[in-house]
Parts: sequence; structure tokens; C-alpha cells
Amino acid sequence: MTPETIFYAVGMPIIGVFLGLVYKGIDRRVSARMTSRIGPPIRQPFWDVGKLLLKETIVPANAVKWIFNAMPILALASSMTLLLYIPFGIIKAPLEGYGDLVVILYLLTLQALAMAIGGFASGSPFSSVGAQREMVLMMSYEMPFAIVITGFALIYKSFSLSTIASTPVWTIVGPLGGIGVFLLLIAFLLVTPAELAKLPFDIAEAETEIAEGMLAEYSGRNLALFYLSDAVRGFAMMAIEVVLFIPFTLSYLFGLNLSGATLYIVEGLWFLFKVLLFYVSAVTLVRTSFARFRIEQASRLFWVYVNIIGLLGLLLIWLEVM
Amino acid sequence: MGKLTSFKRSLWVFHASGGSCNGCDIEIIAALTPRYDAERFGIKLVGSPRHADVLLVTGAIPRDFADKLRRIYEQMPDPKAVIAVGNCGTSGGVFYDSYNIVGPIDEIIPVDVYVPGCPPRPEAIVDAVVKAWLKLEKLEKQLEGKEE
Repeated sequence: MTPETIFYAVGMPIIGVFLGLVYKGIDRRVSARMTSRIGPPIRQPFWDVGKLLLKETIVPANAVKWIFNAMPILALASSMTLLLYIPFGIIKAPLEGYGDLVVILYLLTLQALAMAIGGFASGSPFSSVGAQREMVLMMSYEMPFAIVITGFALIYKSFSLSTIASTPVWTIVGPLGGIGVFLLLIAFLLVTPAELAKLPFDIAEAETEIAEGMLAEYSGRNLALFYLSDAVRGFAMMAIEVVLFIPFTLSYLFGLNLSGATLYIVEGLWFLFKVLLFYVSAVTLVRTSFARFRIEQASRLFWVYVNIIGLLGLLLIWLEVM
Repeated sequence: MGKLTSFKRSLWVFHASGGSCNGCDIEIIAALTPRYDAERFGIKLVGSPRHADVLLVTGAIPRDFADKLRRIYEQMPDPKAVIAVGNCGTSGGVFYDSYNIVGPIDEIIPVDVYVPGCPPRPEAIVDAVVKAWLKLEKLEKQLEGKEE
């Protein structure tokens, strides 16, 4: 155990939770401003979690107790592990070399899967309906997501996220591939709200029709863990998007000659700004502007339209690479 | 720990509509609109009683709904508070002697804050939620005392 390992094991999850909650707060604030409300303070998600930790944690009588209690922990653990695979700007991914984009795809799926299993285990009809919807939605959006990852693998001949982060994708593709990558970006932006279970794809957690769906029976500490895992996953997902599509560093863009602590601070803030950009455009704007889809509408959207966009992008990239 | 502060700043409300005429329900929604914007105080409507801190009940309670209301109340995790909104909920209103009404809400579950009015103004509802905080804080202190 080197000090670095300890820092990554302890520091990264704490930073991840902190940033995830901050972005959640900014998201709520921006959404409120869009509907001409004042909105809650940025600190609101921290208070929410603090309050949830104070509340009683109820396990329903007909729930499978150990699965019901284990799933929130699994969800949070998988989203925190996710953070260790993402290179943040100029900081290398702590687990670089031990996994790649495919592992990230699985870890993202694992969190949603943990929520669905928790929903099935809670023994409430609302949760079961929510969990089934989540499974259907997952089957729909994983395909375009996999197409995007395949596209990047075609360009770089590698699944490694560090390789992808080292050279911006736009600089190594030609005009045809550029259009292809742009189509992949569109497909990925459409997948994002579904992946994060945000409107218009929060069909599995629809609070007005199925009483929060998978989370219906969760309360207190368990709900707080799901809340945190959702926040961390939101941040991680956006970080992946930044790494894939706009990994440009400030020093690269403007030819700055920074070194030492200044470099890390400037590049770190720049990275967080890019994440914010993606968060607001892919989640906040979309979730404030659209109403909820029905499950079969969402399924059709992903299976037909987003898949067509993604496959077209893949085809263009393939034509160029060949 | 400063934990009580987080209670004060984040309050999730579950809205159960009994035999209400929808008047009070609309006013509750009005409290969340841009004009009143209860979310800036951390007040949020949630879809499941398991997530809720406060139960808002509207309407005089019909016979069929009494049992369900009791179950909703029991499903909420402690500490919890109940607010009865509207004349019907607090006293039975114009339906006070109706044969299919069980009675005002406080005959079924313990009510902490009463908001009279037909319908009450959104300000009154926000004020009621503030009053419910006081009760929740007291309950929380009791719970902490029990643990020690």
C-alpha cells in the first residue's frame, strides 16, 4: 500500500460524492431558473442526504431482506469504482491498465441492475413494475451505447480510455469520420438521460404513476445510498462524455505553458467546466423541457432512431478507417 | 453534528388526496409554482410515502379511504408529521353530516397542523409546513435522546 493507493481508495470516492452532489445541486438550480423559479441552493442535495440519514430505515415485511439491504451498497460501490477508471483531465485514471471502456459499460449497467434487483426484492407491486421497466429500458439503451464504444474502438484500435483521452478524437479523423463521430455524439447525448434515469426517460421511477417505482419501498439510509450513487453516476457519466468527445486541455487549445500546481488547478477547473457543460445540455435542459415518455415509446426511440443514428455514424467511421 | 439543520432545509412531502374536491390539491400545487416556489426551501413533493417526512391530507375522508389513509401513515418512516389541508380535512366542512364520510382526518390519524380555508391560500400551506418542522425537530430530539 503506497500513499497514492490510499489516496485513491479514500480520496476519490469522497471527491466523487462531493462533486456529484454539487452537480446535482447546480442541475436543480438551473432547472428552477429555466422555469422562472428561484430554486433550491446548491447545497440542497447535501441537506437531502443528511436528512435521509436521520430517518428511520424500514425493511418491508415481504421483502427479501439481505438483497434489499445489499443493493444500495452495491449500487454506490459500482458507481464509485467507475470513478477510478476515468482519467480526469490531465490526471491519469488510478486503475489505468486494469480495465477499459467495456468495464465502464458494465459498471454503469451494474448500478442500474442493482436498483432493479433491489426493486424486485422489495416485494411491492410498484417496485416490480418499476424494475421491469428499468430492465426493458436497459435493453433498449445499451445497444446504442455499445455502438458508440465500438466506434471509438474502431478509430483508436483500442478500448483503453487513457489512449482515447491522450489524443482528441476530432484531430485524428477525416471529414467523413468527423461526421461519424458527430453522429455518435448525438446518439450518446440521447442515451445519457436514459442511462441516468432522468426525464424524459425516468419511466422506471415515475413518481406520479408508480410511486417512485424501484425506489418505492426504500427509505432512510438505503435511500440515501441510492441518492448518492445516482449523484456519483451522473458525474461519472458526464466525465466519460468529456473524455470521449472533448478531451481538449487548455494548454493544448491555447498553447499555455503552465507547470506544477497551477497546471493542475487550471486544468482541473477546466475539466469540471466541461463536465458542467455536458450536464446542463444533456440532462438539465432535456429534463426541464420534455415530459415523460411511455416505456414503448422510449424503447422504440432507442431501438429504431438512436440505433440508426449510431449505426450510420459507425458506418462512416468504418468507411474512413478501412 | 448539525444534522438537525439538514432536516430544517430539506422536507419531502407526500400528498394524499382523500375525498377532496381538488380545490385544496390545486392550491398545494400552486405552492410549488414559480410564484411561491416552495422548492427553494427544500420542500419537494415525492411519490412514495416511504420517502416522505410530511403527509399532506386533503378532503373529508370517505369510508373506503379511511383504512388506506391509516396504511399510508404507517408506511412513513419516523420522524413524521401530518398536515390536514382545507376545511373538509379539519372539520368535515360542508360534508360534516354526510353518511359516507368517516369524519375529519384527526379521527383517523394524528394530525399536527390544521390549515383551514376553502381552499386555503398557498401561503397558509407553506406556513403549515414550517410549523410541521417544529414538530419534526422536537421528535428528532426525542429520538436522539432515546439512542443515548
